[in-house]
Amino acid sequence: MQKPNHLTPEEVRCRTEEVLAAHAGLEGPLLPILQALQSGFGFIPQEAVPQIAEALNIGRAEVHGVITFYHDFRDAPAGRHVVKICRAEACQAQGANALADATLAKLGLQWHGTTANGAVTVEPVYCLGLCACGPAAMVDGQVVGRVDSARMDALLAEAGA
Amino acid sequence: MRVYVPGDAAARALGADAVAQAVQEAAAARGVDLTLIRNGTRGMIWLEPLVEIETPEGRIGFGPLDAADVAGLFDNPANHPKALGLVEALPWMAQQTRLTFARCGVIDPLSLEDYAAHGGLSGLRRALAMDAAAIVAEVTQSGLRGRGGAGFPTGIKWETVRGAVADRKYIVCNADEGDSGTFADRMMMEGDPFTLIEGMIIAGLAVGATKGFVYLRSEYPDAIKVMGRAVEIARANGLLGASVLGSRRDFDMEIRVGAGAYVCGEETSLLNSLEGKRGVVRAKPPLPALEGFMGKPTVVNNVISLATVPVIFERGAAFYRDFGLGRSRGTIPLQIAGNVKRGGLFETAFGLSLGEIVDNIAGGTLTGRPVKAVQVGGPLGAYFPRAKFDTPFGYEEFDGQGGLIGHAGVVVFDETADMLGMARFAFEFCAVESCGKCTPCRIGAVRGVETMDRIARGDADAIPLLTDLCETMKDGSLCALGGFTPYPVMSALTHFPDDFATTRKAAE
Ligand SMILES: Cc1cc2nc3c(=O)[nH]c(=O)nc-3n(C[C@H](O)[C@H](O)[C@H](O)COP(=O)(O)O)c2cc1C
Repeated sequence: MQKPNHLTPEEVRCRTEEVLAAHAGLEGPLLPILQALQSGFGFIPQEAVPQIAEALNIGRAEVHGVITFYHDFRDAPAGRHVVKICRAEACQAQGANALADATLAKLGLQWHGTTANGAVTVEPVYCLGLCACGPAAMVDGQVVGRVDSARMDALLAEAGA
Repeated sequence: MRVYVPGDAAARALGADAVAQAVQEAAAARGVDLTLIRNGTRGMIWLEPLVEIETPEGRIGFGPLDAADVAGLFDNPANHPKALGLVEALPWMAQQTRLTFARCGVIDPLSLEDYAAHGGLSGLRRALAMDAAAIVAEVTQSGLRGRGGAGFPTGIKWETVRGAVADRKYIVCNADEGDSGTFADRMMMEGDPFTLIEGMIIAGLAVGATKGFVYLRSEYPDAIKVMGRAVEIARANGLLGASVLGSRRDFDMEIRVGAGAYVCGEETSLLNSLEGKRGVVRAKPPLPALEGFMGKPTVVNNVISLATVPVIFERGAAFYRDFGLGRSRGTIPLQIAGNVKRGGLFETAFGLSLGEIVDNIAGGTLTGRPVKAVQVGGPLGAYFPRAKFDTPFGYEEFDGQGGLIGHAGVVVFDETADMLGMARFAFEFCAVESCGKCTPCRIGAVRGVETMDRIARGDADAIPLLTDLCETMKDGSLCALGGFTPYPVMSALTHFPDDFATTRKAAE
């Protein structure tokens, strides 16, 4: 996994300050703040936690607790592309298990793993709402339906896996 | 020339963007004056991308299309190999009662003019002339029950919030739609977002709330975009804001995005998440209706519950109530999914039998193999065998057969399904998604996976253990995640004992 060493503490501080300012005035701002940070950095830098806690007047442990509760938040960057494969029942009824097993085996990964070249992280997702055109996947926010192994190979090749 | 290419996520997942681009290029190459509309989907997902061309007789459909099929739309539409004829006349469309989804797939989702021209805002206009008690009474009389899963009468919930005394109240729309096999909320938000906004405003008028939130799952990036844009347009046109449609009544709303936790669809967990906390379930009481978001009285309703309110006000409570069966009034958007020939959204009055839905509407399995099991109501719903296909689609009717209709997802499996594997998956999912607050769910789910593995290895003694564990989870869990995981598990064991026994024999 890539180290977030390209970020200086000063960069993190400034960006966090901006995000906090942009979300002042919201009711229950913590999730939107974390989402904004993650969309900027690709993960939530540990250094941002005390700053958020102070701005919202809550404990660091509470911020940490929220970050760790949700599947979406990362404490380290993912690969350059994230491929999510639906594991839920409707996709299973359409062959999702075989697709997922084959994909992970081909890449030599477990769920949440990243290819050695840093190109692709593979994650499970429980439903994309594409239940009538499964197996479904999402590549960096782009949805794909009726994914068979040829389609998956093409997606992975495009992502540079 | 007016051409419709759906912008719905399912259509896009099947290549609609490439088709839309090909339509534009083909029109430009021929010098055709093109109006391209990215509508929602009609719900016939097996025909997506489904392109429609407007003609004096009505809209003619073509599908499923790919970019290579597009030239023929311009050069020889009458003889196009994928021509379907008038879309509204297709059996799937003609057999439905589209009330909640009347406009979905028809209009430009982000055109307020189109919306109003198709009946939009007339429900709100009527509600604006009524007092709060009368608005609630209308909803109560319609018989509308929560479409998020629990089926609680919407009018009664609203009456509780209306009667609560507080300086602030909230309307929270539950758009977390985590159940596998369901996509009605997504389709609505992408295809007809103003209907949801209109329903939330009416809810606000009914209970005295001036602020609404839509809690929308992060797995729906397209819906997030469309809803966000719709709220901006509504605000810019005086539908939202300090004076709704010039009424001097105040209502505004925000779109909030979830963070990938299934349990945040449970209403109290959702409220914690919205407040910026861990999405753990709260003990009830207090009810969210009395102490909800920020401790204030809050209506929490599913997207479809709220999006059905405008048509109730447009056509009247009695009109809506006259559809349905028993205590399940009105229509239900069935979401037909999994291994089916024809999958998609089919809105109809309550009361069709499961067999009619699976065999006739869905046309059986896509693989052509016999249907083995149907899971109704999402990951916490029971697996039904063919022997239960005469069960009518209704809240009490499914409950009476040891199941639930939930958010009305119908997931079909063919004979290759491994029901022991599906039961194991139910526990695995519960373990991944448990909020951790109560022990029966947090620990029970993990023990459940282990117990299934013992059964799979041929250990028959593990079966009574499994039954016990399910009893404990059912009785002791704080919410339906732990409490209902026994439904898929026990229904798999009860109705498909061979899948449990064969494995045992094979191991012996
Ligand atoms: C684990 C769990 C997940 C749930 N997920 C959803 C969901 O995604 N969407 C939803 O509307 N209701 C969901 N519910 C039901 C809500 O708790 C609540 O009953 C519903 O939002 C109330 O709205 P309604 O009365 O309009 O159905 C879930 C419940 C549980 C226990």
